[in-house]
Amino acid sequence: MSFLASLLTPPQPMWVLAGLALWACLWTLNVRLAAQGLRAPVAVIFGLAVLMLWEGMVRGYEVSPVILPAPTAIAARFVAEVPLLWGDFVQTVLKGALSGLVIGCSAGIGVAVLIDRSPFMRAGFLPVGNFMAALPIVGVAPIMVMWFGFNWESKAAVVVIMVFFPMLVNTVAGLAAADRMQVDLMRTWGASWWQEVMRLRLPAAMPFIFNGLKISSTLALIGAIVAEFFGSPTAGMGFRISTEVGRLGLDMVWASIAVAALAGSALYGMIAWAERRVTFWHPAQRVS
Amino acid sequence: MKSAGPVVVVLLILVAVWYLAAVWLNATWVYDQAERAGEVVTMDRLLAETMTQKRPLLPAPHQVAAQLWQGVAGEPPTSKRSLIYHGFVTLQATLFGFGLGIVLGVGLAVAIVYSRVMDRSFMPWAIISQTIPIVALAPMIVVLSSAMGIEGRLIPKAVISAYLSFFPVLVSMVKGLRSPDPMQIDLLRTWGARPSQEFWKLRLPASMPYFFASLKVAIAASLVGAIVGELPTGAIDGLGARMLIGSQFGDPLIMWAALFAAAILAGGLILAVGQVERVANRRMGVRT
Repeated sequence: MSFLASLLTPPQPMWVLAGLALWACLWTLNVRLAAQGLRAPVAVIFGLAVLMLWEGMVRGYEVSPVILPAPTAIAARFVAEVPLLWGDFVQTVLKGALSGLVIGCSAGIGVAVLIDRSPFMRAGFLPVGNFMAALPIVGVAPIMVMWFGFNWESKAAVVVIMVFFPMLVNTVAGLAAADRMQVDLMRTWGASWWQEVMRLRLPAAMPFIFNGLKISSTLALIGAIVAEFFGSPTAGMGFRISTEVGRLGLDMVWASIAVAALAGSALYGMIAWAERRVTFWHPAQRVS
Repeated sequence: MKSAGPVVVVLLILVAVWYLAAVWLNATWVYDQAERAGEVVTMDRLLAETMTQKRPLLPAPHQVAAQLWQGVAGEPPTSKRSLIYHGFVTLQATLFGFGLGIVLGVGLAVAIVYSRVMDRSFMPWAIISQTIPIVALAPMIVVLSSAMGIEGRLIPKAVISAYLSFFPVLVSMVKGLRSPDPMQIDLLRTWGARPSQEFWKLRLPASMPYFFASLKVAIAASLVGAIVGELPTGAIDGLGARMLIGSQFGDPLIMWAALFAAAILAGGLILAVGQVERVANRRMGVRT
């Protein structure tokens, strides 16, 4: 009951009311805009409304910054610590996650193309790969840190293993997606296996490969950050988050989370953009 | 079961590669030891000693199997060294998070299908939420929940699991609840069905295949969440904590045994979900 009582009597009622009022205003605006069929502005306004409500609640109830900092405090910290955050970004995303993503995805696609030559191997690898893709492979992180040391190489290794199987499974499924008639046509033209793969089967597999890439891009960031919990140099997003939580510098933690969110969304956005360029012929991409 | 042959062959190849890698990686240590003692390493001694090291770079499969068996059967299930005990702790958080994820996913899906504002405002943020690496949030969630007076690690781990597992359920349920034909909906309306009847008698049953397909993804994601949730939070119980302990004490066998215990748990959970799907399908009269 005391919890309910303190909920009803905030120390700074004006801030709580302002937060709620702004939320209500923006929500009504959203109802209007959505009725007119707008998409992007509605989503942006929803995000803003959540931030306003957060700010209002934190100020109104005088929530300690050790528990939940206000968005403005996080933004201020973000701006003040840009060089440090950039260093973490380079260490974790550019060195660890991206290099692992490139190696792992190339390996997955390459092995898939090789396996695809033999129906026997395909029948064997597909169930195994599917099973492996569902396993909690992040668990290899401590082993990779032991093998490759504390720097970014071990993070890249974790990412390689995490993205390999989803990529393999998706590519194998994609290579089987080429139309039977088209394959026959290529063969009547006397196309070699290499020509058949490069000109027909890989392009036909692109929607599947991009699907795998989208899954992999999220996995890559998770892998790179988890591996940093098992040992890292004094830079990197996982390192920053775990040390700042220990020092109760939660505004810095949230700033790092913001970087992770931006990096993840940017990576996903780039892959989605490339997908539209490459698979423009696919029905899912055609705008009617 | 005609695919059993190739799968067995692929598994045998993987085990063979593992043995070769174990000999190759552990050989350095054997050569170092022999050089110090001034002895010559023969082939059979190399084979014997690379398979029996106490702290190998890569333990041989039978060493991992022995450690796994020791952890499962060699200790009473209540012992802190028993993998059954740690597996149970992780399983608890996984199932809690899985349940929470289903409730959240289905609830939001219903809101999104019935409200255009929710669809336009929330759906883009649900997608963005999955590009944020959850591990970045994990230490935060632990701090927040302990500040709110929640004892123990079960709740924060379950929240992390739910964060990972609600998304596949949400996406599939939105698709599933929208899957009935407009003709079928019109038919129900001409019969004067109330909206609640339309939901219970048409939309919900129609969404079930989508629902079960998403559950298999969600349970795997949920287990990953529970294990990841144990890593940065200083947990001492659970399979993830077991890996952390193995990493800190430099004992690879503990790490490998925990990793395989997690893999077996994942396999069991996916099979269990498949079984539930089969029973539900039979009761709903699906003919296969």
